[in-house]
Amino acid sequence: MRLITTERQVDPVRPAHRDDAKLATGKIAFFQYVTLAVFILLIARFWELQVQSPELYLERAERNRIRAVPVLAPRGKILDRDGRVIVDNRGSFTLYLTRENLRPEHLATICQGLDLDCQELKTRLARFDKTRPKYEPIVIKQELTPGELAFVEAHRGQDTFPEMELIHSQRRLYARDGLAAHAIGYIGEVSEEELNTAEFARFHQGDVIGKAGIERQYNDILMGVDGQRRVVVDNIGRHRQVLSMKEAIPGQSLRLTLDLDLQVVADLAMENRRGSVVALDPRSGEVLAMVSRPAYDPNQFAGRIRAADWNELVKDPENPLLNRAIQAQLAPGSTFKPLVALAGLESGAIDEHFTVNCGGGGTFYGRYFRCHLAKGHGTVDLHRGLVQSCDVYFYNAGNRMGVDKMAEYAEMAGLGHKTGIDLPHEAEGVVPSTKWKARMYRQKWYAGETISVAIGQGALTVTPVQLARAIGGLSMGGVWYQPHLVKDQPQQNARVLKADINPESAARVINGMFGVVNEGGTGVRARIPGIELCGKTGTAQLASNELVKSGRLGEELKDNSWFVGFAPRQDPEIVVVALFEGGLHGNLSAPIVRDVIKAYFDKKARTAPPPTLAAGAGLPAQSPQP
Amino acid sequence: MARYRSLRDLDWPLIIIALSICALGVLEIFSATHGTVWKDVWMKQLLAIAIGLVMLWLVTTIDYHTLMAQVPILYVLAIVGLVAVELFGTRSGGARRWLPMPWGFQLQVSEFVKLVIILLVARYFTELRTEQPGVVDLLKLGGLAGLPMLLVMKEPDLGTALTMIPVLVCGVFLAGLPWRYVLVILMVAGLVLPLTWGLLKDYQKARLTTFINPAQDPQGEGYQVIQSTIAVGAGGMWGKGVTRGTQTQLRFLPVPHTDFIFAAWAEEHGFVGVVVVLGLYFFLLMQIVENAQKAPDRAGTLLCMGVASILLFHILVNVGMVVGRMPVTGIPLPLLSYGGTSVLSVFMMLGLVNNVRLRRFVN
Repeated sequence: MRLITTERQVDPVRPAHRDDAKLATGKIAFFQYVTLAVFILLIARFWELQVQSPELYLERAERNRIRAVPVLAPRGKILDRDGRVIVDNRGSFTLYLTRENLRPEHLATICQGLDLDCQELKTRLARFDKTRPKYEPIVIKQELTPGELAFVEAHRGQDTFPEMELIHSQRRLYARDGLAAHAIGYIGEVSEEELNTAEFARFHQGDVIGKAGIERQYNDILMGVDGQRRVVVDNIGRHRQVLSMKEAIPGQSLRLTLDLDLQVVADLAMENRRGSVVALDPRSGEVLAMVSRPAYDPNQFAGRIRAADWNELVKDPENPLLNRAIQAQLAPGSTFKPLVALAGLESGAIDEHFTVNCGGGGTFYGRYFRCHLAKGHGTVDLHRGLVQSCDVYFYNAGNRMGVDKMAEYAEMAGLGHKTGIDLPHEAEGVVPSTKWKARMYRQKWYAGETISVAIGQGALTVTPVQLARAIGGLSMGGVWYQPHLVKDQPQQNARVLKADINPESAARVINGMFGVVNEGGTGVRARIPGIELCGKTGTAQLASNELVKSGRLGEELKDNSWFVGFAPRQDPEIVVVALFEGGLHGNLSAPIVRDVIKAYFDKKARTAPPPTLAAGAGLPAQSPQP
Repeated sequence: MARYRSLRDLDWPLIIIALSICALGVLEIFSATHGTVWKDVWMKQLLAIAIGLVMLWLVTTIDYHTLMAQVPILYVLAIVGLVAVELFGTRSGGARRWLPMPWGFQLQVSEFVKLVIILLVARYFTELRTEQPGVVDLLKLGGLAGLPMLLVMKEPDLGTALTMIPVLVCGVFLAGLPWRYVLVILMVAGLVLPLTWGLLKDYQKARLTTFINPAQDPQGEGYQVIQSTIAVGAGGMWGKGVTRGTQTQLRFLPVPHTDFIFAAWAEEHGFVGVVVVLGLYFFLLMQIVENAQKAPDRAGTLLCMGVASILLFHILVNVGMVVGRMPVTGIPLPLLSYGGTSVLSVFMMLGLVNNVRLRRFVN
């Protein structure tokens, strides 16, 4: 085979030697210069990298291999007044994504393996990339199931998913069925909006903080301080060596004033009802039970709450997130009458001999006001007026003293102001007065409005905890303590209001309330043999009677049923308010209060304090379950 | 001819420099792989070097004129080998590059094709009796060299295919190409290169674009270049010491015992180590060039310069890649990178150089 045709045949094995080999000398020299130039250029580049700026690359190499892994501090437990656990922690695994190692094409597989919404995760990542430095990991799933854990372990082993970082953490474990949910609150990752406010400025992105209730109010005590582990990792994120370890400081436990026994009884009494129960110790302001229904399950918040679950809670017309005990502002109805009676006696507008003839209603300022009993109560004095809850009696009493006197005593008892209970977002309620109306509406007070206020209607609104505190202070003869939920913690600006009340006036009102329950009054259903339970029913209208009769109203506008009760008559130990929204009549709330007060005295009677809870409490099991 | 084949007449400085590079390579292979599944490959490399020395001797003993006479047979063998790779080759990372051999060995045929191309170019320009090659001659040579190159490209192994080009360029250059042809070639290349873009695989395109801007894809192709640059820079003046380079040991550096071995070396031995190794390479090339200058004939010069140019190209592209100045092409650093076929092929090239050296005493 000949590669090319030339003029003469050449023996390829031994071609004629040509002297022109030397001709290439210049070109070979050129090659040498090219080689020298290449080596000089290469060495210059190494000089640039290794000698001129090695610190830059050393630092980047260190950042590559050293990773700060948070050691999460467990949150403090929340205990009841007897030291029983209400909120506990449970070990769980949290999955982080280290964004430095993230490969976008892995996201789909990760989302599939962990049952995550890929679009949502991508949005979060994009937002994170804009605001946070790259080395900060992002939590993508908390509380992994064993299946998900297996998925992570299987994929971390290969060279495929270096971005996944697993961290052992503590998960919040709340009581089931929303027991005490509103008082306790829940936790969650601090949001970006919150980080921009002064209250949350000290937290960092990704911190899990109390969002509501006690969890929020006492977050600093419960939260603890996260530690940090500096580890050497290889390119697939395996930990090769621990460089340093800063231990986490666990959060402190918090003992509440709540009594789980009473809480459970109150909770069961409110089952499938809308409303609230508040039990206070009037001698100290300690909250013994606080129920708001409907409730939510705080365990839904213990991990990252799913958007769908959150929307369901927020859009629920019954508003389960509302803590009715401190946030429901409703007309108290006849439960306001003891305070009107006290105001009348103290102001001198009425005395114990003042009587009214009730014929089923009365005309005031040109308008006819009905009594709840159409046939009338006949001749009524203060005692009968309270026992039978005669509206006509209180129309007259209120009319005699005027709205400002009633407002003065209502505010003395703490209505119209926050009680200062140690929970966030407490509502104030409204105590109407001439000044209030002038301020709010720039209008004159109409005398006819006084008549409605006298029976706890009109513009008057209270929260259950306000009413419990007001009646509790009355039962103590005029000492109002600030309600609180936590034991052993100094209460900030704790207020104790003492009023100079004539003991006889207080005793007359208290005797009337005793009669309500024990002398055939409106609250006989609250009677407990052997216990001197005093109370007052209330049926608060949300609309005029005419509208209700026309049948054009739904559930929302049915009358609210109230009952407030305390015991014993002398030296009271417990005051309980029950609000049953849409419960139609006050005597339907009476059994709720009766059950709670009975539970209180039953427990007191038991010599040895019970170590376990009532059945069906639905609390976290402390001992292995059968 | 036996009387010329004396051990004493071999180019001992060349062999000693080559063996020094090999020794440093084995050290770095050991360091970069200890504690991994490849922890024993440094011994395989030692074996390859030993076989390489034998091959060097074998290639030296057969007169290069005899070898050049066999170019047609070698050429056909090379094509058959490459086709066999295409048909029976083992797949690794999406490319068929290795031909399985008995006893579990794998042969990278394209490494030997380089040798055939060197011989082919040398013979072609030796037989060309004109002072200046014409366009038709160049096109013929392009066709002859282009076929195996295309087959290697199809594996796909763009990097190895490109290593053949400097041999051609060097041959044409030495054969005395007129400048007007240089201009024509440059213009044609300028027209053809954009067209070949469409023929490239996606990952090849990605390599080229990330070479221009590594930060654009820090986790994909750019990752290798970024990590390699970090490793080099972190080495500093004196290096971190054998088995102490974190980029190498924690595997942030990709394939630290093969393609990126020089980054591992630079991290563990610093600028000083880099200068030592590059210095060795420089003297190796100068030694080869000296043999080219003293070659008895044009064929000898062309052979030596072919070897020198292909080695220079390897060094430039591999070391340039390690410091982020060349795209990631996956071609090894001669004698330093782990890889038996590569070691054998380089020793055979050095055998060719010695072959030329021994024949200079003829007549």
